Amino acid sequence: MISIQTEDFDVGAEYEALRGSGSGTGAVATFAGLVRDSGDLSGVTGLFLEHYPGMTEQVIQGLIESASQRWDVRQARVIHRVGRLALSDQIVFVGVCSAHRGDAFAACEFIMDALKTSAPFWKKEITGDTEHWVEQKESDLDRSQAWE
Amino acid sequence: MTDQNLTVRFFARLREELDTDSLELPAMPGQTVETLLSQLAARGGRWAQLQGDQPVMVAVNQAMAKPSTPVKAGDEVAFFPPVTGG
Repeated sequence: MISIQTEDFDVGAEYEALRGSGSGTGAVATFAGLVRDSGDLSGVTGLFLEHYPGMTEQVIQGLIESASQRWDVRQARVIHRVGRLALSDQIVFVGVCSAHRGDAFAACEFIMDALKTSAPFWKKEITGDTEHWVEQKESDLDRSQAWE
Repeated sequence: MTDQNLTVRFFARLREELDTDSLELPAMPGQTVETLLSQLAARGGRWAQLQGDQPVMVAVNQAMAKPSTPVKAGDEVAFFPPVTGG
């Protein structure tokens, strides 16, 4: 299931939902990404996140399907927030449950890495008096390409 | 949107710098992403950046597209900077 939302999310509740995905589930891997005080700029006080509604959900659905073809994925959950976020706010959640940990870890990391370079979201860093659209990172492209 | 038009959308830095969320343009025979981009860049001023040094990504009907991808009436074409979510 995929949610793009302005509201915060509860990692505990998401974990419990994945845990209840069936008696064949033996592993749940989750990732949460947070707003950090430094990125392209230092002294970041918040972020603004924009997305392309419709395309975003289609791209993430495609990533979950790709992950399901490569690994045992019993259930996958992706939440991404948009709008104005403050320091330490949760931005993104990826959770995957599988029979075994290897598949859960790999599918979770793959979905997160591929989301960063293919899902149409854009981050703007906000400091005291400036705003800056974040540049795409070589290191993110490298991580994403490493799965190909 | 009428059947003879394309919808062109802009996101993030491009949306702000062009001061435009979306446009309706008449579709033209033989049009591709590349010819549409040239047509928009020819408006001059800030629009020239669509063919400038900074990379511009494009999606046609919400799927990633290439310069050679054809566009036709009724299509939604979106231009945006490289994505930075997560």
